[in-house]
Amino acid sequence: MANRISVADLAAPSETFRPHVLDLDDFSRREVELVFEATDAMKEVLGREIKKVPALRGKTLVNLFYEASTRTRVSFELAAKNLSADVVNIATSTSSVAKGESLLDTIRTLQALGADMIVMRHPQAGAPYLVARHVKSCVLNAGDGWHAHPSQALLDLYTMRERLGNLDGIKVVIVGDILHSRVAHSNIWGLSTVGARVVLCAPPTLLPFGFGREDFPLPAVEVDHNLDRAIQGADVVMALRIQKERHTEGLLPDLREYVRLYQIDGTRLARARPHALLMHPGPVNEGIELASDVTTCAQSVIQDQVTNGVAVRMALLYLLAGGGGEEA
Amino acid sequence: MTDLTRTSLVLRGGRLLDPGQGLDRPGDLLIEAGRIAAIGAAGTLSGEEVFQASGLVVCPGFIDLHCHLREPGFEEKETIATGTAAAAAGGFTTLCCMPNTEPPIDRAAVVEYVLKMARIEGMVRVLPIGCITLGRKGEQLTEMADLAQAGAVAFSDDGSPVASARLMRSALEYSSMLGVPVIDHCQDPSLSQGAVVHEGWVSTALGLKGEPAAAEEVMVERDLALAELTGGWVHIAHVSTAGSVERIRRAKARGVRVTAEVTPHHLTLTHEWVAGRASLPGVEAWNGWSLFPYDTSTKVNPPLRTVEDTRALLEGLRDGTIDAIATDHAPHDTPSKLCEYDDAAFGISGLETALGLLLTLVHSGQMDLGLLVQKLTAGPARLLGTRNEEQGTGRGQGQGSGFRVQGSGEGQGSRFRSQGSPEDRGTALDSRPSTLDSRLSTLAPGAPADIAIFDPEQTWVVDPFRMASKGKNTPLAGLTLRGRVVATIYGGSMVYRCG
Repeated sequence: MANRISVADLAAPSETFRPHVLDLDDFSRREVELVFEATDAMKEVLGREIKKVPALRGKTLVNLFYEASTRTRVSFELAAKNLSADVVNIATSTSSVAKGESLLDTIRTLQALGADMIVMRHPQAGAPYLVARHVKSCVLNAGDGWHAHPSQALLDLYTMRERLGNLDGIKVVIVGDILHSRVAHSNIWGLSTVGARVVLCAPPTLLPFGFGREDFPLPAVEVDHNLDRAIQGADVVMALRIQKERHTEGLLPDLREYVRLYQIDGTRLARARPHALLMHPGPVNEGIELASDVTTCAQSVIQDQVTNGVAVRMALLYLLAGGGGEEA
Repeated sequence: MTDLTRTSLVLRGGRLLDPGQGLDRPGDLLIEAGRIAAIGAAGTLSGEEVFQASGLVVCPGFIDLHCHLREPGFEEKETIATGTAAAAAGGFTTLCCMPNTEPPIDRAAVVEYVLKMARIEGMVRVLPIGCITLGRKGEQLTEMADLAQAGAVAFSDDGSPVASARLMRSALEYSSMLGVPVIDHCQDPSLSQGAVVHEGWVSTALGLKGEPAAAEEVMVERDLALAELTGGWVHIAHVSTAGSVERIRRAKARGVRVTAEVTPHHLTLTHEWVAGRASLPGVEAWNGWSLFPYDTSTKVNPPLRTVEDTRALLEGLRDGTIDAIATDHAPHDTPSKLCEYDDAAFGISGLETALGLLLTLVHSGQMDLGLLVQKLTAGPARLLGTRNEEQGTGRGQGQGSGFRVQGSGEGQGSRFRSQGSPEDRGTALDSRPSTLDSRLSTLAPGAPADIAIFDPEQTWVVDPFRMASKGKNTPLAGLTLRGRVVATIYGGSMVYRCG
């Protein structure tokens, strides 16, 4: 690839980056491409025998997770370690959060202890914005409530680009519980920024207000409640995890009907384009949103998503460290 | 602070504006012994002291039908002393305070406590509102007659709706014999549960749980049906949606005893503020002022709605569907707001910014200054059962007595009145002698000298840390507003003087 950044460039990014990554709703197309280019370089690093570069040596990264997470936390931890950062993991059950310490108290303490970067996962939308407003550390949102999960969406975009090349004009169908999915939210903004055509497919009770209408400043997406129709001609089919207890909130009659209407199985996947990718942010409820035979089918790039996650997060950390206004 | 109760003062050459009696002309106003003594042409009246009011609007002191003074129980958020000081700074001379205190105002002793504190520490008149149900739990009616006798001017479980329709029916029926309204915070709990913003594009973009407009409208419709059924008087607190305005308009047209209020923030701010996209009527230049997304100062209940809702609310004020502007002043301490959006307390500290915010509607040509002042003075005064309307606008159809007024500053004993509306069945209690002049918020000679003096053109920057209220929670912090209270006179005493 012609425009791949060489490892020599890792010492100093050529373009300035934002101080925090909180959402994709304010990313420009150029910024997304910058992340792609840096990710290309990181993938090259990951292909080496010694998968470690000194880009973040001497920096301290704190993984502050107020919600259980395995893949995202480990992905960030590996990403930071590959860049030679020192990593501290904090889970709520073992910190003073359990004693009733406020979010800002915790964050100020972490800053005073020397955290350069804070990767945070929080059950409430907007919590990373509160933190970013009150600390000097770089803040990277690793998922806030139903709101956003920008690193996940960037790794999804990167995986699509890796497999499909150009993202402009591709048809991406997002299927499932879009209302409660920060992954879907960030993908909607990211995909529309890079020019993809987005179709949301879900029952009306699992769709957020306003998508598909033109009178709101939301990304232009299509909404189709019929999966068999929506999936036709898709380049990417993105399934979302459905929480099994949604029916208790009155949002679904039961899982049986959901499966009948919205499960992606081989027959439905065959209606998409032959090269279509099947994606899922994980963890998968096999037999619910995905039929068990499609999870590992040739079109499934679910494992690629996980692998690319480390590279994309390395790219984000690297860009943040370079663009955060520290030493040049 | 000048004590004018023993002396005389002339407010010279101001624009005397009292829509309640159709007064709007330049002139002098003479205050003697705590009362309005005379009004006359500019330069014709004299007193021991003179206040130059040329270029200023001189109008009746504002009445706030809906505020939270937090005392007793939440003195870290506000006290009667600080809340009434904030009122004075905002031009308000009468406050009706909501009963969601601790203990709540659900028995006469708490009413008496609030009135006592107001007498000792209050800068302006305080009229307590009693609970509808014991402990605001929505289970058992309070001793409404006892509360009214002690001085409660209305009943409300504000902060919570009365969830049970059966209980709301009883409350409306029972209170109707007392001649005071039941104020409902209309919100269907099952539709609003967990919601922190309006359900709209902003809730989607920010991933916050939205409350649909229907959560309010369902409850408004229920209350209107129950008021119609019982003949009771329901007052809809802080109307926030276009659909509510339309429902109240139609109910009024068919004679349902309903009145309504709207807040300054629901008239001017929209849910876009939560996303950090602030706009105000007629304000073009922001001079770099901006708001962060998820700023918890925008979290208020009911939530800020859409620009279409603000227009409908304004139309409701114009055509009389909405009777009064009330602040829903909801002060909070900093920790209650300096946290995650979902965890933050609901409420805007609004007494001191009300006028400046409302004047954006006047400056942008959407509202007449006279109408604005009417909705802050004669409008709410009429609901309080004062007799101002004899000189001015007629009583709306279907209303009986007002919120019953007892002056905390002057009042001894309580006073029950039955007013002459045909369908009024009178009160269950005997009339009692009162020393209080029932005329509130009017410039008519003989009335208590409760006066707001403001400069509609003076610009000022909202600085929460210079506000008298303990509640620094305002989304307007740092913003320049045009129009400011210069002085407030309560019972003849100058209780606020700008600068």
